[in-house]
Amino acid sequence: MASSIYTADEERKTVWVYLEQTDGRLEGVAVELLGRARLLADQAGWPLTGLVCGNQVGHLTEQAFMYGADDVWVADHPLLADFTVDAYAHVAFSALMHGKPSVFLAGATPNGRDLAARLAVRLRTGLNADCTDLRFDARRGILISEVTGFGGGVLALLEMPDHRPQMATVRAGVFPTEEPDPKRIGRVVKVPVDLPAETIRTKVIERVRGQRVDLTQVTALVCGGRGMNGDFSSLEHLARLLGGKVGATRPAVDEGLVGRERQVGQTGVVCRPKVAFVCGISGAFHFVVGIQNAGAVVAINSDPDAPIFEFSDYCVVGDVSSIVPALIEAIESRREAARV
Amino acid sequence: MSELRLVVCMKVVPKPEEVRVDRMTWRLDRARARAEMNPPDMNALEMALALKDIHAGRVTILSMGPPSFEPYLRLGLAMGADHVCLLSDAMFGGADTLATTYTLAAGIRKLGGADLIFCGEESSDGATGQVPPGLAEWLDLPQITLATQVSLDAAAGTLRGRREIFGGHEVLEMPIPAVVSVKAACNEPRFMDYRRKPWAFETGQVTVWDREDLNAEDSRIGVAGSPTVVSGLDEAAVRERRREFLHGTPDEIARALLERLDRGA
Repeated sequence: MASSIYTADEERKTVWVYLEQTDGRLEGVAVELLGRARLLADQAGWPLTGLVCGNQVGHLTEQAFMYGADDVWVADHPLLADFTVDAYAHVAFSALMHGKPSVFLAGATPNGRDLAARLAVRLRTGLNADCTDLRFDARRGILISEVTGFGGGVLALLEMPDHRPQMATVRAGVFPTEEPDPKRIGRVVKVPVDLPAETIRTKVIERVRGQRVDLTQVTALVCGGRGMNGDFSSLEHLARLLGGKVGATRPAVDEGLVGRERQVGQTGVVCRPKVAFVCGISGAFHFVVGIQNAGAVVAINSDPDAPIFEFSDYCVVGDVSSIVPALIEAIESRREAARV
Repeated sequence: MSELRLVVCMKVVPKPEEVRVDRMTWRLDRARARAEMNPPDMNALEMALALKDIHAGRVTILSMGPPSFEPYLRLGLAMGADHVCLLSDAMFGGADTLATTYTLAAGIRKLGGADLIFCGEESSDGATGQVPPGLAEWLDLPQITLATQVSLDAAAGTLRGRREIFGGHEVLEMPIPAVVSVKAACNEPRFMDYRRKPWAFETGQVTVWDREDLNAEDSRIGVAGSPTVVSGLDEAAVRERRREFLHGTPDEIARALLERLDRGA
């Protein structure tokens, strides 16, 4: 078997987390990863390092320390102001070759996936993508990545015995955000950036960021599927009342009923709301994955045999077009009563 | 500029909703699942064919898999592609992303390169989207992932593409050759052209290359070239839910539900 660029014999016994930032703010998934990585590193007694790339992002180090990093490597350069995979892969690769960590974790965001995939090939190592859990065999120093097997019910445990770094990506919402410790401090390491402009082959012509829908942080989630017959208006009303947001199954997203960022499940978002309403959704496993961390699940479906009822706390066999309006009315009348 | 060379990487997958797990053997039972072309790969093919409509050129479908993929790939010929190239060798099996992208890159080199390489954003069975950037890395090419539309300035040799990012979009420009990963459902794949059908399914060109044709290093392909190993399988710990059924009129159900949610959850 062909070996990785640096091998297990050359590794340094550290865990690294890629601290993805957008416009100078850490992505939620980076903070979630720090929490889990802290746990893994502690099991082995290894230090935890964060790697942040950007332009004038030094202020992010304190936050990284609070969430568990022992040190933060900062690659700061004007050409890193906009994310381009060419620039970021170039800089992260050189930092990794200096640090030679045993483990390198990144968030499975659009840019995080692009970066991780290119780095894994450049380092000739493996990448366990979209993991649903990460464990550590501290004795062997081996990361064990859990991924859900295709279509249903099975978890595969993956490991990389010989290749380094042991890379894995995890989507937002899979791990909780741990409590920050404002007293924690750490060490800042400045990464020298040697980034010739011609490294960057892509030009950013335009970048538009509107309001961002982030279902991973909602407390109330109202999901619809094909059983909504193309009309999500009642679900939007219910979500507004609950201070929550609307999500959907993949088929409903494919039909264009709601935006892709609202897709819940294995290939969408994994959510951890206090309550999830699941309306007109049969309950295929790849959807259920997205709500398995919900506090309570309410399912409304006209088919009494729908699999979704197996994964729900409160089950209503009935027509969404009469149950959801009744629910809206009950909530509204109760608020009226409270006001009087 | 000489003829535009467009390559589309495509993969045949079992329909995800039809794959079952055999709880006795812990194996995935794919045998009873019907196969289909990975849906976003069809969007990738459509994007390539649309460029061919404008700029002319040659569209090659590239796939790695068993000979049983062939009829599915021929559908692409009927839609407008010119050539199918199937990388098939028992030793390619069991490949993770590193070995898969190495093999696809070797196929593209053997084809003599390409001006644009299209892939679906991700496969419906793996769903990790790592292949397009991995392929771009092996070939040392720029990339645009999650592209929803592209335009080519053939004279300048540049590609412009729009890509989805969190809560918005960006437009990138890059020199070709480049790798494009295409967002699922971003376009409407065309129907097959019935005039092309007899040619596509009977006499149309399908080239099959094995590892020797590709001059592939044995240590880089299939299981041997895959750093990741499966160390165990586990039943997904499905969280036990209450499964309490609520009955009555819609109003009664609504009130009962709110009471219960207030109480505990």
